[in-house]
Amino acid sequence: MSETELPTPVERSMMQQAQSQSLADYARAYGRRLRSGDLGAIPIILGLVVITVIFQNLNENFLTPRNMVNLIVQMAGITVIAIGVVFVLLLGEIDLSIGYVSAVAAVLVALLLRGPTGISGVGRLMERLGITEPFNWWMAVGMALLLVALIGMVQGLIITRFQLPSFVVTLAGLLVWNGVVLILIGAGGTVIIQDQVIVNIANYFLPKELVVNDATLPVNTSWLVGLTIVVIFAAGRVSRWASRRKRGVSTTPVVIIVLEIFLVTLVTTVIIYICNLDRGVPLVGIIMLILLTFFSFLATRTRFGRYVYAIGGNMEAARRAGINVTRMRVTVFMLSSLMAGMGGIVLASRLRSVDTAAGGGDLLLISIAAPVIGGTSLFGGRGRVISALLGALVIAGVNNGMGLLGLSAGVKFVVTGLVLLAAVLVDAISRRGRAQSGLA
Amino acid sequence: MTENGVPILQLSGVSKSFGAVQALTKVDFEACAGEVMALVGDNGAGKSTLIKGIAGIYRFDEGEVLFDGQPVHIHSPRDAAQLGIEIVYQDLALADNLDVVANMFLGREVLQRPFRLDEAAMEESALKTLDSLSVTTVRSVRQAVAELSGGQRQAIAVAKAVMWNSRLVILDEPTAALGVAQTRQVLDLVRRLADKGLAVVIISHNLHDIFEVADRITVLRLGQRVNLYKTAETNQQEVVHAITAGKLEHVPGMASL
Ligand SMILES: Nc1ncnc2c1ncn2[C@@H]1O[C@H](COP(=O)(O)OP(=O)(O)O)[C@@H](O)[C@H]1O
Ligand SMILES: [Mg+2]
Repeated sequence: MSETELPTPVERSMMQQAQSQSLADYARAYGRRLRSGDLGAIPIILGLVVITVIFQNLNENFLTPRNMVNLIVQMAGITVIAIGVVFVLLLGEIDLSIGYVSAVAAVLVALLLRGPTGISGVGRLMERLGITEPFNWWMAVGMALLLVALIGMVQGLIITRFQLPSFVVTLAGLLVWNGVVLILIGAGGTVIIQDQVIVNIANYFLPKELVVNDATLPVNTSWLVGLTIVVIFAAGRVSRWASRRKRGVSTTPVVIIVLEIFLVTLVTTVIIYICNLDRGVPLVGIIMLILLTFFSFLATRTRFGRYVYAIGGNMEAARRAGINVTRMRVTVFMLSSLMAGMGGIVLASRLRSVDTAAGGGDLLLISIAAPVIGGTSLFGGRGRVISALLGALVIAGVNNGMGLLGLSAGVKFVVTGLVLLAAVLVDAISRRGRAQSGLA
Repeated sequence: MTENGVPILQLSGVSKSFGAVQALTKVDFEACAGEVMALVGDNGAGKSTLIKGIAGIYRFDEGEVLFDGQPVHIHSPRDAAQLGIEIVYQDLALADNLDVVANMFLGREVLQRPFRLDEAAMEESALKTLDSLSVTTVRSVRQAVAELSGGQRQAIAVAKAVMWNSRLVILDEPTAALGVAQTRQVLDLVRRLADKGLAVVIISHNLHDIFEVADRITVLRLGQRVNLYKTAETNQQEVVHAITAGKLEHVPGMASL
């Protein structure tokens, strides 16, 4: 650090300093964050590069369009569940029930779509209630999501009312909802999903030509979607920059904004291009993107998100600031269950059925591992919604790559476990970095 | 009325007991606009209890509280905030992971549209407040509080307290954890608050600091006010004597019936 940079009570007021943030200031602030241990997305991006290089070298099918599209579809369900996990982790809590809660939602949707038949308890209940028709897709989804949100609320209320660790309460939930899934599915063992809308969630690809009034236009729908994404992103960045400038508060240097827009355009273009070499852009990829955008906004631009971070950072400070901590915590557990439910429906859509194994296996573990691998701290208060996507990408990439190599499930678990350990170590080490720079 | 300024807060004869422990016995206290009032006393003298009563965390068992000359009942921290009473607690109450602006506005965020935070507006008034207090050492209001030094954090905690048209700011041991240079900064800041016309109450164990910044000194001993000094008319020995052996008017340690 140079001498001129040392803080001195000079005439230059903070207001003036803020207005004149240059590229150099920006770079310095970034460097300071890095040195203090806040590595942001750097470890994960390095990790993704390493994974790609390794698997591509071991098996040239890894980077094929077909496999990339598979990867998007494979990671979608987990990403959606993991978005809810991010909020729970930000509070410094954990939710172990999400695996089976996701299955509860999936089973409910499947059974409600099958309608009032005597095969299942849900079917008999529908009969008893005088419902003669199967639910249509949105009623089934709405009902299932409502019920799982209630599950989250109950768990959250128990945790806050009796001041129990979320670990224990949701562990009980894990067992209970596992049982409920088995009871709901009943003797049949598997419930097939035939509703086209639900099946489409994970099995529909944006058409490569646009049909309007029976005329086929030479327009690829996916490019329109891509253009929309880029325009929305750019408009958001530019309008934010303009309004901050008008207010006279610090703005991101224009170069950085241009660079960001360029990168988003590039990534969008490459992904769409690759997808179109195969079946096309999967609908579930777009759904995932919309959810990520919405929840990123919720986390960073709303009062709700601000309070989640505040509670995770210093619960006592949040309480003294007048934040209703109990209500926030209950809401986050509801959100966690709700996202688990959505993710469960996506997973069921991909398989076109729900069976007794739904929600089991490694689903819970990888849903929690994903945000942690993506850089969200287990200690609360630090992390981003996008970590759900980044971590899911790493996990799905490792799984997919090892699947191509024909490796056993055992090897997959070992490698995924080591990746998780590496991520937690990065978190712990960067925490130490922060502690040291805090003392300095 | 005193010659020191207009009393903003006046307590007369307030008492507070916790079961058998009489933490405060008929204490008189006041804080005036433009004045720094120090509150000193040994451990267990009742300083924190007095502050918490003013903050609405405890209710006094008896006695009168006047704010701007009007009797008031402060039953919750929200009541206190509404009157313009802000407290900077010893353990800061900042969220380390949030940046300076987010901390200063925590719980009172400015919204742009129904849901959206107005970051620009918050940043602007945070900067204005810091400028008006001449806090220039914080490099950026967008850095996380975790990156700040103890003195900077204390400055942010104080700035947070004075943002809200507050009339009375109470600081509980604001320099306890600070080094020499940073203590200096915070004391300067405390002085500026009073010069801006706020009433300031400072609790400290450090008499040196007190003599540097306070206009008057209230000494508590065993839950009673044993003396009220003008800083200019007393010295450290006299105050130390009052803290340790000041004359008690009431029988200490028993709940009066
Ligand atoms: N919540 C409480 N419950 C019981 N006793 C208390 C409580 N708070 C303070 N006291 C007692 O009241 C007396 C005054 O305490 P306090 O106001 O914390 O003193 P100080 O802040 O001057 O050190 C002490 O004897 C303390 O033990
Ligand atoms: Mg105390």
